[in-house]
Amino acid sequence: MLLTGAEIVIRCLQEEKVEFVFGYPGGSVLYIYDELFKQDKFKHVLVRHEQAAVHAADAYSRSSNKIGVCLVTSGPGVTNAVTGIATAYMDSIPLVVITGQVPTAYIGQDAFQEADTVGITRPCVKHNFLVKNVKDLAETMKKAFYLAQTGRPGPVLVDIPKDITTHKCEFAYPKSISMRSYNPVVKGHAGQIKKAMQLLLDAKRPMVYTGGGVILSNAAESLTKLVRTLGFPITNTLMGLGAYPATDKQFLGMLGMHGTVEANMAMQHCDVLLAIGARFDDRVIGNPEHFNEESRKIIHIDIDPSSISKRVKVDVPIVGNVADVLDDLQKQLATAQSHSDPKALAAWWQKIAEWRGKNCLKYKESNDVIMPQFVVEKLFEVTGGDAFVASDVGQHQMWAAQYYKFDKPRRWINSGGLGTMGFGLPAAMGICFANPGATVACVTGEASIQMCIQELSTCKQYRLPIKIINLNNRYLGMVRQWQEMFHGNRYAESYIDALPDFVKLAEAYGHVGMQITKPQDVGPALHKAFTEHKNDLVFLDFITDQTANVFPMVAAGKGLSQMILAEDL
Amino acid sequence: MRHIISILLENEAGALSRVSGLFSARAFNIESLTVAPTEDASLSRMTIVSVGSDDVIEQITKQLNKLIDVVKVVDLSEAPHIERELMLVKVRAIGKDREEMKRVADIFRGRIIDVTESTYVIELTGNTAKIDAFIEAIDRSLILEAVRTGICGIGRGDRILKV
Ligand SMILES: Cc1ncc(C[n+]2csc(CCOP(=O)(O)OP(=O)(O)O)c2C)c(N)n1
Repeated sequence: MLLTGAEIVIRCLQEEKVEFVFGYPGGSVLYIYDELFKQDKFKHVLVRHEQAAVHAADAYSRSSNKIGVCLVTSGPGVTNAVTGIATAYMDSIPLVVITGQVPTAYIGQDAFQEADTVGITRPCVKHNFLVKNVKDLAETMKKAFYLAQTGRPGPVLVDIPKDITTHKCEFAYPKSISMRSYNPVVKGHAGQIKKAMQLLLDAKRPMVYTGGGVILSNAAESLTKLVRTLGFPITNTLMGLGAYPATDKQFLGMLGMHGTVEANMAMQHCDVLLAIGARFDDRVIGNPEHFNEESRKIIHIDIDPSSISKRVKVDVPIVGNVADVLDDLQKQLATAQSHSDPKALAAWWQKIAEWRGKNCLKYKESNDVIMPQFVVEKLFEVTGGDAFVASDVGQHQMWAAQYYKFDKPRRWINSGGLGTMGFGLPAAMGICFANPGATVACVTGEASIQMCIQELSTCKQYRLPIKIINLNNRYLGMVRQWQEMFHGNRYAESYIDALPDFVKLAEAYGHVGMQITKPQDVGPALHKAFTEHKNDLVFLDFITDQTANVFPMVAAGKGLSQMILAEDL
Repeated sequence: MRHIISILLENEAGALSRVSGLFSARAFNIESLTVAPTEDASLSRMTIVSVGSDDVIEQITKQLNKLIDVVKVVDLSEAPHIERELMLVKVRAIGKDREEMKRVADIFRGRIIDVTESTYVIELTGNTAKIDAFIEAIDRSLILEAVRTGICGIGRGDRILKV
């Protein structure tokens, strides 16, 4: 039977067992929407802006390990989606983005709503396709799903001209795909793994450092088992939080620009570093020259060879899927002849205890004004540490990462690589779709939340019971912090004037709004929001201290051990 | 260090821009780039000459390998190889220069492939140094126009880049 291109798109999505498509219609995708309307195998989520469609699909994936799918129209639909695509790309999130395009004959004519989608998105997708013949459509869709989810994951875009959605051909969905130009490695090299194991066992000051790759390859359990067997200290990057239980005593907290003293110092001073699914980026190790001043052996496990020895030279590279490599490492460890030197390890833990003694996350408490850190601590308490927390970008993001202790992977959902303000609310929506009934909070700031505030309407339509934790400091807080510390207190354009009344705003969208101004009301307000209003979206506008800064801090270009602490100021 | 990177890639629309886009996005240097389909029309072969430290070249090859359209990458300059470039140069050829130009072209084993009363077009192949030397050897003011293909290269002996 002959199917139209539009029908084929729908059939492909069904074959892939897609549950939700996040999207927004327009001229070039009307035939696809028409077919979508006629079926009920998957649901469409209508957002209010294409950026949100991509963020929601992205967080749907992050919080579930399923693939995210979005559908947008040509031209402005695509350009609006680009921020979302780039966000997913930087954090290696598997997405399939379907975009409409003007009819084939119009391409290159500056047609209405034409944009060079493949050109615009090329640098921020894992791969993209322009479908020029309906006969290629099914196979292209299959390739898109395959590429997005295998190897180092990432967004893949399929651009479909409108006429292709009306052309007809036989439909056959390929069962599998093989591409001569694409063969991602899975297993790590046994010899390298053996070398790594020996280095680990010989270490006097070992350290484990893991990133988003552990979460993406679902290796949290293997990691936890391995690290417990080894008895080594471990830190997670911003992208890697939840890979190892944050409440465990071997966990040193997050590292990096706003990492803890113990994590950063142990990272700097270890003699053997086991890096897993992480990429030594500038926010994590600071200045690479300074990092290299201390000599240490580095073992690096990553699926992407180009992440290895990119910023820091590595001694034992292991290319492979993190989960597989960790399991192999664990097996080799079980049969190892030698053992770690317990004395050296004890001395190292002693050193770490000294750094821990700095108590670097201590902040000035107050009875008059709400401290933002306190709100996050209370959020942790009230939700029993078991919420999904989406975040925007800024100080609030760092506080959420520092004070909410994530014990499970895929609970902490933030834009780490691109640092996209506006990510939080649509991300919280995606989480709700992937995890119905779960407790979902969105920790945000009064500036970030306004970058996708229109999604409050989507939340109403789909009854998404998100709790928005707005840490309202009336400033672009993170910008203000840099201006205070590095630009002589000149607060250029970082004060947010003319803020809306968020309570009324929430109510206008049909939600519950609360404003909290006193520290003693923080706990009760949160409690009320999560119990009495369990099934409502509650916008909690916390009026917080305007001067609070995020500490510790490694200034840009400085070394990991050159932290500024709260007490230094 | 100068490196010659050979790439086999799918002969797909946009594949070239994926490679050139990668070089500009990651601030890698390109001295020259040549590309054309191979004897197997589904594949293109590209030769890129780049200058960079070993670390940078390692990143370049890794990043190239990461492109979905790229089938294989080798750094030809790692082992014995041959490189050639083609230049077509149009020169003024009148009076005593006419004889001299023919003489120099002969010395460099160039061929005159177009002749008018006042000009020659000379075809010259060789490695970059030879072509540079030819340009040095003739009176520069006589060059009306020159076009060079950039380097294409191949490994010596048993080194074969093929799928
Ligand atoms: C789209 C976008 N624009 C600009 C920035 C730069 N930026 C980083 S943090 C920040 C301030 C965020 O303010 P707010 O959301 O109120 O959070 P706070 O830092 O006050 O907690 C800005 C402007 C960004 N990350 N993303």
